[in-house]
Amino acid sequence: MKTMENKEPYISVVDLTMAYGDFVVMRNLNFTINHGDIFIIMGGSGCGKSTLLRHMIGLKAPAKGDILYGDFNFWRAQPAERDQMMRNVGVLYQSGALWSSMTLAENIALPLEQYTKLSKGKIREQISLKLALVGLSGFEDFYPSEISGGMCKRAGLARAMALDPEILFFDEPSAGLDPVSAKRLDDLILQLRDSLDATVVIVTHELASIFAIGNNSVFLDPESRTMIASGDPNTLLAEDHDPRVQTFLRRGEPEGDAGQDPGVCGKCIG
Amino acid sequence: MTLTLNPAFGGKPVNFYLYFSGFAMNEAAVDFSLLNKEVLSVHLNGKWQMDQDVPSKEGMEDQLHQHPTVNQIVFNSASLNAWDSSLLIFLFDLTKVARKRKIQIKKDGLPAGVRQLIDLATAVPKKEDARKSVAREPFFTRVGSDVVDFTKSAGDLVTFIGAAFASLLRMVTGHARFRGSDLRLFLQQTGAEAVPIVSLISFLIGLILAFVGVLQLSMFGAEIYVADLVGIAMVREMGAIMTGIIMAGRTGAAYAAQLGTMQVNEEIDALETLAIPPMEFLVLPRMLALTLMMPFLVLYSGLMGILGGALVAVGLYDINILVYLNRTKAAIGLNDLFIGLFMGVVFGILVALSGCLRGMQCGRSASAVGDAATSAVVTGIVAIIIATALITVICSILGI
Repeated sequence: MKTMENKEPYISVVDLTMAYGDFVVMRNLNFTINHGDIFIIMGGSGCGKSTLLRHMIGLKAPAKGDILYGDFNFWRAQPAERDQMMRNVGVLYQSGALWSSMTLAENIALPLEQYTKLSKGKIREQISLKLALVGLSGFEDFYPSEISGGMCKRAGLARAMALDPEILFFDEPSAGLDPVSAKRLDDLILQLRDSLDATVVIVTHELASIFAIGNNSVFLDPESRTMIASGDPNTLLAEDHDPRVQTFLRRGEPEGDAGQDPGVCGKCIG
Repeated sequence: MTLTLNPAFGGKPVNFYLYFSGFAMNEAAVDFSLLNKEVLSVHLNGKWQMDQDVPSKEGMEDQLHQHPTVNQIVFNSASLNAWDSSLLIFLFDLTKVARKRKIQIKKDGLPAGVRQLIDLATAVPKKEDARKSVAREPFFTRVGSDVVDFTKSAGDLVTFIGAAFASLLRMVTGHARFRGSDLRLFLQQTGAEAVPIVSLISFLIGLILAFVGVLQLSMFGAEIYVADLVGIAMVREMGAIMTGIIMAGRTGAAYAAQLGTMQVNEEIDALETLAIPPMEFLVLPRMLALTLMMPFLVLYSGLMGILGGALVAVGLYDINILVYLNRTKAAIGLNDLFIGLFMGVVFGILVALSGCLRGMQCGRSASAVGDAATSAVVTGIVAIIIATALITVICSILGI
């Protein structure tokens, strides 16, 4: 499934320290995301995965360090340049974060109106295309409160894709979804990556998704407050000998426990 | 009372009961027997259930006290009929007592489920620093940190006012970005939909003022001047104050709750990542709507108050309605009207500001939304009263 081997560095996190006031969440984060990667930010609950995502999409400034998109130093740039950069970025929030006072169509229209000068008719076409891509054709005039949680997530994805972004960020995409819907969302992410030639960054702790779609990752450890592993999750499972990483990737089973092949995880969602 | 015979000890009665609360088999009970000088056997009997009396740990302490040579405890649960957490708590107490006396505990005789639960509960050692410290800080530390908090919140307020003003300027120059449909919706919600409650309250306030005033004025035979009293009070002060307070409770709270919920749902984050300033998109239409609608509501409130006063004057004191209205017209000057309208605009801004500020500052939980709404109403009403006092003093100095 992981066919893209276009190894061109795209996003670099350099010596990043994240903090709320004096409280340091994570320090010394260094990793690179290549073009076309499906990059997983993983780690236990509450270790700062979502905080890292908030740094990468411009919602929280780092205490120290840099985030580079190609040559563009995100946090050292002017706010206006950052805004322009964000045009290439789509974000799917944990709750979907659809604007509740607007219909699905208006939700998708807003980014288009913000960044483009498309006519009303063109925007309407974009809306139906994006909704069709996530399997929500015909739901244009529904309000977020009138559709189910899974549909909200998919509508959120349609909004994240409104501007055909080069980078898609997902905050816990499968949280609160049943296994079948979660698997469908994983497949959708893969298809979109392949067809849009996008780079995907996913915050998750769903092992099934991690092994099924991830081809690069960083592992955050809340105890030492830094990253303790990075690379292809399948390689990490086979080759990394850090007990914390192994315990996480094997659902708490100790390392070398017989029969815990990652393929099992892959199968149980198929 | 029970007598335990121990076959392993030659059938001689070794020990008696220790604790027994009743005779029925279904009551929880424990008795002890010495297997030999060093091993104490604990027999668990009956049903150990939360809603029933179960043996306490004092009995065991006595028992261990009587047999200082014991260094091992074993269990016999053959006649244990049922158990739940109360048995576990008893066993934990027993373990604590035993540990103090360096006595070993053999869990083999316990039911398998009990053994597993004990293992589970003791698997992770108690985190000693997990409990939050409740030590009170010294007086001066608390005063100091309160002052720092206050300065910080005052700073937040000033920043927010500045940002709101900046987005207003952007709107004037045609750069601000919000949806006209939002503005229309808020105009309807803050204006038309507030009319019934403003009518009721203002009418009753006018009525009350008239009642109180006319009682005093009738002592001088000057009932007709109740028209002056009600008219000036309603148009100049009370109309604006009452409408402001109604709007603080109605619209200020709604704004704070709406924006707070959007904060919780990450909707505001979603706007920010799209480079759409929430200040323009969410706050500006709300502030505009309330500020535009307040003068109209104040005007309307004054009218309803005058009608309320007229009802008392005409109904109770037989004053001709035309005389009353003429008197009112003569009494109210344009300055009264404009001061009332000015206060309305000021209160609109204050209520909208406090509602939006608290909403935007809201934390990310359901209770934070409730706190934001409460805080918005309190801030709004306090701001209205302080502003009224200031405006009244300034007007009296200026002589208008």
